[in-house]
Amino acid sequence: MEAIAPTTRVVQGPSLRQRLAARGFDAVTLLVVPAAVFSLLLFVYPFAFGFILSFEPKNGGWLANYQRFFSDSYLYDTIANTLLLSVPVTLLNLLFAVPVSFRVRLMRRQRLLTTILVLPITLGTVLVAEGLLNYLGPQGWFNRTLVALGLIDQPLRLVHNYWGVFASLVITGFPFTFLLTLSYVTGIDPALEQAAATLGASAWQRFVHVYLPLLMPGFAITFCLSFVQAFSVFPSAVLLGEPAGSTRVISIAAYQAAFEEYDYSMASAVAMIMGFVQLAIVVLVLASRGLFYRGPASGAKG
Amino acid sequence: MIRDTTLGAKLWAAAVWSLVGFFVINLLAMIGTVITSSFATRWLGTWLPLGWTTRWYSSAWSEFQLWDVLIVTFQVAGLVVLLSGALGVTAAYALARREFAGKRLLVLLFLLPLLIPPITFGIPLATVLYRTGLAGTFWGVVVANLVPTVPFVILVMIPFIEQIDPKIEAAARVFGANTFKLFIHVLLPLLLPGILAALLLVLVRTIAMFELTFLVAGPTSQTLVVALYYAVFAAGVRAVQSIDAMAVVYMATTLVWLVIALRFVNPTQIVTRAKQQPAH
Repeated sequence: MEAIAPTTRVVQGPSLRQRLAARGFDAVTLLVVPAAVFSLLLFVYPFAFGFILSFEPKNGGWLANYQRFFSDSYLYDTIANTLLLSVPVTLLNLLFAVPVSFRVRLMRRQRLLTTILVLPITLGTVLVAEGLLNYLGPQGWFNRTLVALGLIDQPLRLVHNYWGVFASLVITGFPFTFLLTLSYVTGIDPALEQAAATLGASAWQRFVHVYLPLLMPGFAITFCLSFVQAFSVFPSAVLLGEPAGSTRVISIAAYQAAFEEYDYSMASAVAMIMGFVQLAIVVLVLASRGLFYRGPASGAKG
Repeated sequence: MIRDTTLGAKLWAAAVWSLVGFFVINLLAMIGTVITSSFATRWLGTWLPLGWTTRWYSSAWSEFQLWDVLIVTFQVAGLVVLLSGALGVTAAYALARREFAGKRLLVLLFLLPLLIPPITFGIPLATVLYRTGLAGTFWGVVVANLVPTVPFVILVMIPFIEQIDPKIEAAARVFGANTFKLFIHVLLPLLLPGILAALLLVLVRTIAMFELTFLVAGPTSQTLVVALYYAVFAAGVRAVQSIDAMAVVYMATTLVWLVIALRFVNPTQIVTRAKQQPAH
């Protein structure tokens, strides 16, 4: 007996605990468990639950919710309505954000401007909608100024229609797009531009041949994040738009199914369609990103 | 950086700055409209109101039961800050210090709630919370708000923790500190600026989080922003100035914390710190 015991210990090798630790699993790694369980329970599980629930309609076959969505123009039009709002707004925001961030990059004191621009993001869409209702209304300062300047005779109709929601998406979306773009633009090593300038490239050539290829992946991600935000517009579409007409966006359809018809199965189906359209556009944009240069662009200092 | 001095470049710069100016003026005028209207006696068809008063604040205070709403708002925000701090900082420490199989998948799991808009995952989440009976209650609102804030704290804290030299922790271990002592005496003081910044941003985000709170709140668990939405939605029932007074109260509660948060973070980080991650 005494002779056997030491040999078995040698054969055993490192304990399970040591082997796990060598792979990075020890007491410290366990600290991630509470947050991971929380996210699984309240993010992954609801999504999976909603996905399955969407195939268990109140009445009809397993695809009845989706059949109803794509056969009822009041429902499927919401996709087009949402895209008609979110795609132009996102493109406009990105188009304006690029020249502005190239300008702001040269500023020494950017803090005041970035602070002002962070205001609408912080205040949120409900407050922006409430503010714009007054400001863009027929008696608001915006229309009064245009009339006083002689640009128009009659106040423009800017609230309770498409343009009200458009304006609110620009006010909250432009700062978001701009701050993202700025972080990508300032992340590019200025030495690259200086090298191009030394070789005689004009400002336009430097933008097209140096910056644009390097920034394309960043712009693609900025577009995706801004688009997804604009696509899920909800409070301002109700308050500033025409929630039964041109700005009946998909989130309104999902909300009405859940909280007005109490049909959670249908609501989940609409939410899944909403998620799917967002995903489709994001995949489309990110796939085209692969066509551009991907490599180091920031200097050693970062 | 290269500055062009040609005429074309100057014209282009002027055009870009006037665009920024136009945006900022409209933004400030929009906020100004709300503030002016909240102090107006009567404001119809003129540039400025006929007279000034503060009575809309007292009427909004009683009509919308703002005191109760504010208490709920700060209770929700306070609990969300504490819980997301506890869950987020510990998870961020593990993710910053250890390499293990499935770590990338885990980071993706924490990234998704920040990238997917709240209304998309809010409807399935609300469905589950209604089934469990948690929706409509105070705790339902807290739990729903934690879904994006826990990942937010994790992704803000990972770079903060990574920049702390592990040798400092090793030294504390050599001198006999256990994990708890190490955390209280070494990590917490070093991480405090980062934790403070992350939690202040969580506070601002929770006060302003409309969608999730709206989908799961009951009549007694509304936060200020949801109460404001219902007030604007039912416009016509109350005086416009009363709703504007409430909007000003909401702006004040949000902006106080934003100003404090901006002492610790660069405004750009409010958007990019968490969102920039997928670029790598």
